Amino acid sequence: MGESPHRSANAGTGGTNVTESREWPAGASARVAEAPVSTRTPEGPGLGGGGALPRARAFGAERAFRGLTLAAGTAVLVVIAAIAVFLVAKALPALRANTENFWTFEGWFPNDPEPKFGIGALAFGTVLSSVIALLLAVPVALGIALYLSHYAPRRVGTTLGFLIDLLAAVPSVVFGLWGRDYFSGPVADLSAWLNRYFGWIPLFGGDGPFGASILLGALVLAIMVLPIITSLSREVFLQTPTANEEAALALGATRWEMIRTAVLPYGRPGIVAAVMLGLGRALGETIALALTLGITFGISVNLIENGGNTIAANIANAFGEANDTGRGALIASGLVLFAITLIVNITARAIIHRRREFTESAA
Amino acid sequence: MAKRIEAENVTAYYGGFKAIENISLTVEPKTVTALIGPSGCGKSTFLRSINRMHEVLPGARVEGSLTIDDQDIYQRDVDVTAVRRMIGMVFQRPNPFPTMSIFDNVVAGLRLNGVRKKSILEEAAERALRSANLWDEVKDRLGKPGAGLSGGQQQRLCIARTIAVEPQVVLMDEPCSALDPISTLAIEDLMFQLKDKFTIIIVTHNMQQAARVSDRTAFFSIEKTGDPGRLIEYDNTQKIFSNPSVKKTEDYITGRFG
Repeated sequence: MGESPHRSANAGTGGTNVTESREWPAGASARVAEAPVSTRTPEGPGLGGGGALPRARAFGAERAFRGLTLAAGTAVLVVIAAIAVFLVAKALPALRANTENFWTFEGWFPNDPEPKFGIGALAFGTVLSSVIALLLAVPVALGIALYLSHYAPRRVGTTLGFLIDLLAAVPSVVFGLWGRDYFSGPVADLSAWLNRYFGWIPLFGGDGPFGASILLGALVLAIMVLPIITSLSREVFLQTPTANEEAALALGATRWEMIRTAVLPYGRPGIVAAVMLGLGRALGETIALALTLGITFGISVNLIENGGNTIAANIANAFGEANDTGRGALIASGLVLFAITLIVNITARAIIHRRREFTESAA
Repeated sequence: MAKRIEAENVTAYYGGFKAIENISLTVEPKTVTALIGPSGCGKSTFLRSINRMHEVLPGARVEGSLTIDDQDIYQRDVDVTAVRRMIGMVFQRPNPFPTMSIFDNVVAGLRLNGVRKKSILEEAAERALRSANLWDEVKDRLGKPGAGLSGGQQQRLCIARTIAVEPQVVLMDEPCSALDPISTLAIEDLMFQLKDKFTIIIVTHNMQQAARVSDRTAFFSIEKTGDPGRLIEYDNTQKIFSNPSVKKTEDYITGRFG
């Protein structure tokens, strides 16, 4: 970016510079080579100056780097804006062609001559399966993270942490196939058991068949978000200042009391962030749910009967045979998913910032 | 509310490293005892073994016997948390709980011990903050974060938190080393008041401080790096600083080494 000629011009003004060695006699540069630690040379002042102060550079690595980072930051905004424009442009015609209410209609027939489709059931299924997945995963993940950071011997902790990170590297289609072909059996048995003894609760009602249900999808999702939440919250727990842990112990706290007094409050913003990242993954998960859910288009709180659907899974299932309107409808559903994710993120930030006075002074 | 501490042949290890060896000394109730000596001589290690905080570090262990009013705190069936409630500790850097308010910090120890009643907590918080000479400065902002106070105030907050559980002994590990001279003076004044109620043991690098605040002084030293720290001399503070009986002590306090 035109800085190298400028630098050599600068070298002549008296401020010492690395390039200045070119002008020295051969002996001098040999001396420099022998003692590279000192920047002070017999011929001129050290880096600290002595001569006239050189002018600040108009173009240098500093400015170039600043420009690069600015460009990178802007690129993100441009990409997001471009995606948003594309999605809205594709979705609007389909939404206009829709002959039913987009928010309330329970069904998805956008390819018909008279397109009928509604997002309600899909959005409901998305949120329901993700929330249940988090309810199942978060306590387990926090337990594992606390065990790894504060209970396990160091070697066990490292090994187990590695294995959990490995779980995050398994492709979601593998989880989906495993859920559909193997895990659905045990889940169907569990569902039947829940139905027999807790059938009076609407969540576990119905009379079957069981298996390819929201429960199965949520369980598979829970396993998938477990590693994210675990490794992030483990990092957070490990960052608790030793001074605070010792303060709690010195007051006579047991280890669990120490964790409750020092570790958990300190890690709270981090835990929220970890959970929200997990939720983000759960909301957007596509193929695992497309494989495990029973695919229906009704709103129901029943967790164990075959059925359930999510926005992302529906896109994966329906995109192949969709016509123009069908694709537009799917893109509109994608926009709704985007909005849900946005709301989740804003809520998370609000939670983190609510007690900012305390968390900031902690730093 | 103050007890006599007797250490007999206390030896402490960090893994395979022996940090202090055969420390034996007796601390009388309601006195201030200063532990002085060069860096790495094991003063802090010894201090931390008095309330069993030494063993918190992985691989650390203590041998020998330490009795508080004839009760050996290293006996197998002793509850560690009870020992630490009886022997409070103030650390080198002020360490209030960052997520807690001033009030919550002071009563943290009481809450850990199951005290829930608001009136009792409020009363105890005021008493502890008054004893720590902090009440007038914070009484109008008890709900604000403890970490928002100045360094000296934070350290007094930590002292208040320690004495709120009414321990028998208060250990202080270089409590003023991170503070400015005025805050240091405030804490030294505080030590004078606190010794009416508590037995105080303080580790300090500041010899004037040891001379000012303590009744008895223990001088620790090591032969060379890697050797365990030993107790060289233990006597009345006045004697240590005017007429020590060991040459090494004299060299140290006159600034000839360390």
